[in-house]
Amino acid sequence: MYNKGTIIPGLIIFVLFVTFPLWFNAFSTAASTVPKPELPPGGEKACIAPAAEMRANHMVMLNEWRDDVLRDGDRVAVTVDGKQYRKGLQMACMQCHSNKEKFCDSCHEYASVKPYCWDCHLTQSALATKKETH
Amino acid sequence: MDKQRRKFLKIAGATALAGISAPAVVKLTSTPALASSGHGKAAEHGAAEHKPEGHGGEDSAKGVRLGMLIDMRKLYGHPELLEKVAAACIKVHNIPQIEGNKNEIKWIWDMAYKNVFPEHSSYHSSKITEENNFLVLCNHCDEPPCVRVCPTKATFRDEKTGIVSMDFHRCIGCRFCMMGCPYGARSFNWMDPRPYIKEYNPDFPTRMRGVVEKCNFCGERRALGQEPACVEAVKDVGAIVFGDLNDPDSEIRQILDKEHTIQRKPSLGTKPSVFYIV
Ligand code: SF4
Ligand code: SF4
Ligand code: SF4
Repeated sequence: MYNKGTIIPGLIIFVLFVTFPLWFNAFSTAASTVPKPELPPGGEKACIAPAAEMRANHMVMLNEWRDDVLRDGDRVAVTVDGKQYRKGLQMACMQCHSNKEKFCDSCHEYASVKPYCWDCHLTQSALATKKETH
Repeated sequence: MDKQRRKFLKIAGATALAGISAPAVVKLTSTPALASSGHGKAAEHGAAEHKPEGHGGEDSAKGVRLGMLIDMRKLYGHPELLEKVAAACIKVHNIPQIEGNKNEIKWIWDMAYKNVFPEHSSYHSSKITEENNFLVLCNHCDEPPCVRVCPTKATFRDEKTGIVSMDFHRCIGCRFCMMGCPYGARSFNWMDPRPYIKEYNPDFPTRMRGVVEKCNFCGERRALGQEPACVEAVKDVGAIVFGDLNDPDSEIRQILDKEHTIQRKPSLGTKPSVFYIV
């Protein structure tokens, strides 16, 4: 091979350069930015489905609930392990996951998704700005 | 003239003619079964259309049709009861209180007789109709024009209950439904309603800017086995009765069968499900 002395070190430098992000991540000690959503402050352990499924599909389930309740008039509560959950973001999910900022937002911000649920649905912090009626 | 060109024009003309007349030929030669069913439908339709519309002109009932009866006799001279009714609805549905005709959001409110019943008003009406205001809300019409015009089906008729529902998630704020509704039962959120809501009901959402809203016949309360909030507010005088208009044994039907009632603007053929005793 001609120019062995330049090509081989050049290749090594190139490979190192291209894989730099991997090395950097492996050896960096900086805190991980992966979100850690807060577990329900009330200490509830069970959700209506396992965490992995909720993480992947909660938005689908919410859309289904919305259509059940509003379009098909099916407001029958969902019962899981003897606990009843009324179909609704405010009426089921946010009863346990009461802190939207520390739960919902932590992942949504990380994933840069901007759901507009809370343009209408009320969070605890929004409720706290006004006297509650019940 | 060039012979070839002449031939081309002939063929082109014949083809165009065949293309234009094809639909007509297909229609004429379609199967007799199809054709006769089409005729049957047309005849039925015609018959329905010739019936007198409005109060008393409705076809016999099928399925559930929720409706309301407002007995104004029990509310005359009690404007505070009208206010109590509106306040109950405002509280459970997080309705903003915004001043001004254009911006205000109303689900149930009161108006003068001549505005509520323009078709029934008369020269020299009685003192009682002159002096009192009348409760008005969405009529949950059986032939709702708002549903017809809604391009997104955000406003739709719930076939299980006969009520005219809204799915706020779908509303794009085009306000066609407000043009369509002859009763002014719909309000548009010109601005963020939240600052104008006095207190929140944590069980119900608010709306956002750019969405239309109206009475939902308390769908969320009926799911819990409760009566509509306005019915409950004047329960002690029994001024509002709520129930299935198609069930001959329901309380509302018993009263409808006995008393003379009127609907708002019956000649429009919207078939309101809200009845009044005045
Ligand atoms: S009163 Fe108006 S909004 Fe209500 S159903 Fe009839 S047309 Fe629609
Ligand atoms: S404003 Fe909303 S509900 Fe009304 S017609 Fe448009 S989309 Fe439908
Ligand atoms: S039925 Fe419910 S939503 Fe409709 S006016 Fe009465 S309280 Fe309001």
